[in-house]
Amino acid sequence: MKPPPFSYAVAESVEHAISLLADADGEGKLIAGGQSLMPMLNFRLLEPELLIDIGRVPELDTVSEANGGLSIGALTRHATLEHSPLVKAYFPVLSFAMTHVAHLAVRNRGTIGGSLSHSDPAAELPMMAMLLDAEISISGPQQQRGVAARDFFLGALDTDLDDTEMVTGITLPALPSGSGWGFEEVSRRAGDFAIAAAAAVLRVEDGVTRDVRLAVTGVDETPLRMSRAEAFLNGKALDEDVLSAAAYLVRSDVNPNTDQQASSDYRRHLVGALVKRVLRSAWLWALEGAR
Amino acid sequence: MKISVKVNGRDYQREVEPRLLLSDFLRDELNMTGTHVGCEHGVCGACTVMVDGDSMRACLCLAVQMDGREVTTVEGLGAPDDLNLLQRKFREHHALQCGFCTPGMLMTATDLLAKNENLTDEELRDGLSGNLCRCTGYEHIVQAVRAAFAARGGAGK
Repeated sequence: MKPPPFSYAVAESVEHAISLLADADGEGKLIAGGQSLMPMLNFRLLEPELLIDIGRVPELDTVSEANGGLSIGALTRHATLEHSPLVKAYFPVLSFAMTHVAHLAVRNRGTIGGSLSHSDPAAELPMMAMLLDAEISISGPQQQRGVAARDFFLGALDTDLDDTEMVTGITLPALPSGSGWGFEEVSRRAGDFAIAAAAAVLRVEDGVTRDVRLAVTGVDETPLRMSRAEAFLNGKALDEDVLSAAAYLVRSDVNPNTDQQASSDYRRHLVGALVKRVLRSAWLWALEGAR
Repeated sequence: MKISVKVNGRDYQREVEPRLLLSDFLRDELNMTGTHVGCEHGVCGACTVMVDGDSMRACLCLAVQMDGREVTTVEGLGAPDDLNLLQRKFREHHALQCGFCTPGMLMTATDLLAKNENLTDEELRDGLSGNLCRCTGYEHIVQAVRAAFAARGGAGK
């Protein structure tokens, strides 16, 4: 359980990191917090020739207001998101979700850029990026580009990132005022990856929902936005019949795996139950806000 | 690669291989065997140390990443004949049996004590949930940490 040999370089800047990546010709790997990468190295699931440490590029460790929402640097730790007053003010659902990411010591070191780039199909942050319509900022040798979260996650541990690109941060547009939210996760033990999780934001106007967003994770190759359920829910008052119908749509639109933690059928059942809970919670919050 | 790390208030310079884990650096290079090594993939919490004031898994950090950083291990708490408050509460409340998880538990609890004035029972248990103990059933550990919070709120510290 020791990492294989590799060379190590400290990147002084984003540009430096990208040029090191390009020089490594596909054999380089970025490391920041290392909370996903280090276990993979210790298990020798990966044997990169070069580790490029971006943990000392200070301009990536920022949370700031931008264009009415928030701009969050790639080196921001999960614990920072959890406790940041700005995140709590703009996206309370995000700071709450972070309390479900692994444990204290992992949240203290793991970064959001790492979690997004790793793209674990049961991780919380990719789902939250989908829910909050994050734009993911990417730097490469030729250009900087932004990719919508829903186009970024391509599969389990697979993203739109090229070998020579890195995530530098995300921007999150502000939620409509008066939005309510809900987040629910089930895992076998506190801090484990989700068997399934769901999150919702919505607002209420004239007694019916507006701007419903619903995301789930742990039930497919990537986190998913539940577009059919969102369209169905918009403009409705959320009673138990409506919630059940939404859960039915969600169960039809996911494709969960069976693994040692849970069967596909159980995950499908579970995600429907979680979706009902998060929608109920978001609806009640939003009703309060609409008063 | 040459690194310079402050561990428990003392500066150390060492030449290390890039792949050396912080946990092995502490144990094998500095002979500080208080930091225990359990699972080596971040699950058990036995190797938890403080880096610049935050608890982290030493098995998921490279020694080279610690260049210029400040690390605190269990050796940096009290001494055997002069236990700190938290260690005294662990002893008083029988919060350990075999002792394997204890250094990690102490470092996690040190983080909780440093960053929180007080914690609800649920928050405290959640805070400790990243550290596995196979002896105690956790109840006495929770009691010990709670007692440390209580003592510090009063005349302690």
